[in-house]
Amino acid sequence: MMQFMLLFSRQGKLRLQKWYNAHPDKLKKKITRELITMILARKPKMCSFLEWRDLKIVYKRYASLYFCCAIEQDDNELLTLEIIHRYVELLDKYFGSVCELDIIFNFEKAYFILDELLLGGEIQETSKKNVLKAIAAQDLLQENFYGKAKTKN
Amino acid sequence: MNASEHGFNPAFNMATIKQVINEAVERVRMPTPMRLRDLIRQIRAARTAAEERSVVNKECAYIRSTFREEDVVWRCRNIAKLLYIHMLGYPAHFGQLECLKLIASQRFTDKRIGYLGAMLLLDERQDVHLLITNCLKNDLNSPTQFVVGLALCTLGAIASPEMARDLAGEVERLMKSPNAYIRKKAALCAYRIIKRVPELMEIFLPATRSMLSEKNHGVLITGVTLITEMCEHSPDTLNHFKKIVPNLVRILKNLILAGYSPEHDVSGVSDPFLQVKILKLLRVLGKNDIDASEAMNDILAQVATNTETSKNVGNTILYETVLSIMDIKSEGGLRVLAVNILGRFLINNDKNIRYVALNTLLRTVHVDTSAVQRHRSTILECLKDPDVSIRRRAMELSFALINTQNIRTMMKELLVFLERADPEFKAQCSSNIVLAAERYSPNKKWHLDTLLKVLVAAGNYVRDDVITCTIQLISETTSQQGYITLQLWKFLAEDTMDKQPLIQVATWAIGEYGDMLLTTEIEDAHDVKRPAEDDVIDVYHRLLWSPQNSTITKQYTLMSLTKLSTRFSSITKIQQIVSTFSSSLHIELQQRGVEFSQLFGKYGNLRPALLERMPPMEMTRSSDAQTNGDSDLNDMKLDDSPQHHINNESNALLDLLGGDGSDMDIIKPNSTTTSSQPVSNSNNQDLLDLLGGLDTLSSPMPPADTGIGLILENNNPVTNNVNSNSNFLTGDFLNTNSVNEVDVPTITAFDRDGLKIMFALEKIESNSISINVTASNHTLSNMTDFLFQAAVPKTFQLQMLSPSGTVISPNGVVTQVLRVVNPSKSALRMRLRISYSLDGNIVQEQTEVNNFPTEVWD
Repeated sequence: MMQFMLLFSRQGKLRLQKWYNAHPDKLKKKITRELITMILARKPKMCSFLEWRDLKIVYKRYASLYFCCAIEQDDNELLTLEIIHRYVELLDKYFGSVCELDIIFNFEKAYFILDELLLGGEIQETSKKNVLKAIAAQDLLQENFYGKAKTKN
Repeated sequence: MNASEHGFNPAFNMATIKQVINEAVERVRMPTPMRLRDLIRQIRAARTAAEERSVVNKECAYIRSTFREEDVVWRCRNIAKLLYIHMLGYPAHFGQLECLKLIASQRFTDKRIGYLGAMLLLDERQDVHLLITNCLKNDLNSPTQFVVGLALCTLGAIASPEMARDLAGEVERLMKSPNAYIRKKAALCAYRIIKRVPELMEIFLPATRSMLSEKNHGVLITGVTLITEMCEHSPDTLNHFKKIVPNLVRILKNLILAGYSPEHDVSGVSDPFLQVKILKLLRVLGKNDIDASEAMNDILAQVATNTETSKNVGNTILYETVLSIMDIKSEGGLRVLAVNILGRFLINNDKNIRYVALNTLLRTVHVDTSAVQRHRSTILECLKDPDVSIRRRAMELSFALINTQNIRTMMKELLVFLERADPEFKAQCSSNIVLAAERYSPNKKWHLDTLLKVLVAAGNYVRDDVITCTIQLISETTSQQGYITLQLWKFLAEDTMDKQPLIQVATWAIGEYGDMLLTTEIEDAHDVKRPAEDDVIDVYHRLLWSPQNSTITKQYTLMSLTKLSTRFSSITKIQQIVSTFSSSLHIELQQRGVEFSQLFGKYGNLRPALLERMPPMEMTRSSDAQTNGDSDLNDMKLDDSPQHHINNESNALLDLLGGDGSDMDIIKPNSTTTSSQPVSNSNNQDLLDLLGGLDTLSSPMPPADTGIGLILENNNPVTNNVNSNSNFLTGDFLNTNSVNEVDVPTITAFDRDGLKIMFALEKIESNSISINVTASNHTLSNMTDFLFQAAVPKTFQLQMLSPSGTVISPNGVVTQVLRVVNPSKSALRMRLRISYSLDGNIVQEQTEVNNFPTEVWD
């Protein structure tokens, strides 16, 4: 089970945080700070896996964003890399050639897409098409309730 | 139209009309809040942190006011902004209730943002989140599948045990829904519920069984995840699901052999996520079960051989397959196949694959050592990898591979590794090398050489057991003593400031075998010049006066120097050096200086006998050395037994808060530190109530919310000492002072049923006294779990130090020190509560002590 996923920029600014376990806010901040410092200190040639406390940390850099996941000891690290890659592909398809700015300005949509890919720390849908279909349908639902004016927050 | 018909008013011109209309519109129209992206732009445009803070504060204030005004229309936009602000790190707890209102709204956008806010801002520690349960229940019954989806997603993310119990029934119902979208989400929600509340697993069993006959991959993968969790939790369920192994094999086969399916394809592999999950479930089912393992042998072999390895995807599946093969009762051929796959991984260019291979090999090396030995050279290569995680794995794996045949080559590589290793590795590596050398060394000389190299390479990071091992080995190996002493001398003569353990061993050896150093013939002298006595003494002089050497090293050196006085011929210099230490500022060195000086003077005739060479030390198993360390810890804990449980709880609390256990060691009082228990905190007049309050205070560590609270407990102003260790020392001095006083008033506080408690009173300051409590056992059996509690009137302050123990043997005693401060100089009364176990019965006594001598207070 994935314990949490963090996205942060090369300057250490948090862009997204998804926690699959309950922690008090202070602890979340502490963990985030610690991990961001640790990962930003890694050299580019090093491998994508870290041991940290009793979790395995899997991270990958896409352009200016670091995607960092924490998994348990009996989870498959290479599969987590695949999950991260799948998420990036989904974002790419949805936003059309996604960049960090898209995620900054539409962070809630990034969350919605993540929630269609993972639930409770596990994969819920392996077909890219189905995930995007579900997101599109929900966007339509949002629009219909409101009329056009409300779609852009 | 005719103006006269309508009552023409000259004031009604266009300008006035416009103005009136504008005012009316202004009154009606509410100002729309700033859009989310505008806020984001504004915040990103801020150039300093202070500027950003002011923008954020202003917006937060605005958002808070809109919450107060119950703005329904724009609530969703405001919460979205608040969530962005929360991600930046600012507090956003005031938005929690608003999220609930959003969730309760009928609009889908509101629900979407509301649930997102709930998942981000609430966790199961907030009280607010209990209120969600009702909203969730309604939304779980909604006709719109996406609303149900939102609710399931949120429940899966933040379910607390109470919520899980309330909503488990709904989730179970949804698992049987005809809609695959809902079914898959419900399955994962059930998975989370089971994780939180394992007892609820039974409810979901019937619905789970049918999940594997699905075509939909989403339902399949979530079903497999759920089943895996169930099987890992309960052995009965595991047995129940063993019969699905053929189904799983079939599904996996279809995945591999079926043609290209664009929907699930990843770089040529069909649905790797599902494949990996199925392989994991097969692993869980096949563990320790020969029949199940047999049923899956074929498919595992097929997956292992057919999967493409050019991309990461293929390697992912192979990795999972290897893990499964290793864990189940697979046949020999399959295991060899698995190890070969790992061997191929080891030479892969991709670091991640190498790391993963090393990791897996580490887990399996004990099972299949010979197969792994084939890859030994590759593993040794990995010791030089630039990545620290790979180096660490390679090091651990190398130690597991050492045997008598390859010890020399392995050790060579490992010593090179040790030299260049990071400090965090050095301690572990050096200890492991010593262990391995002990087990597999071909001869003593090689063993000694290796130990010496370890001491040189690892410097100060060597653990204490290495020092003792080396010393013991030298004393045991009589034939090599001369040789090794000469080698040690070589290093000592050089500058070895940062290698304290080396200096310690060297000085010990030279002290013991100094005569050999000067005289023995040695075969491989290399470039070592045999020293003269003066050289040795000069080096010792340098060592003893160097500020960089630790006190322990100097103790070793001083002892060794004294020993040399019997082995060398000229003793005047030695005597001089030793006598200067009799005025050293370090108490250990001073003691030695004084005592050894005596050996040169009055007791000079004892010297040769005292300092003669030690007999060879007996070999202690290195594992014993480790358990000795552990038992020391256990002894400490035993003294703590009434406080033990509280300590663990507080440790657990701190762990939850993310505190290191190591921090706790400094803060928490153990049996050698004082525990402060100011009873003056209680507000009750009655002594009895005070004593009732003492039940919680008697444990010296009331669970504190933060580590800071714990520190404050120990920083009792009465004791006025931050370092509780030194507090104990001053307490000790005070006690020893009291022994010198002739008349110490003693009173009998309690005497009944073989337990006698005496108070020995002594004055510390004008208004405080110290009471030495002595509890003696006059029965024939042990009194265990002895607990002594005391209460004083409100005007006094009482402080209890920890007792010497909790077990009083027959005719034995337990002592405890109490301190009482009496600012008002009133008469002291004390109520005692005593409890202990005697012959299996728990005895509790209560008494009041009024016979304190009043002259103590003047």
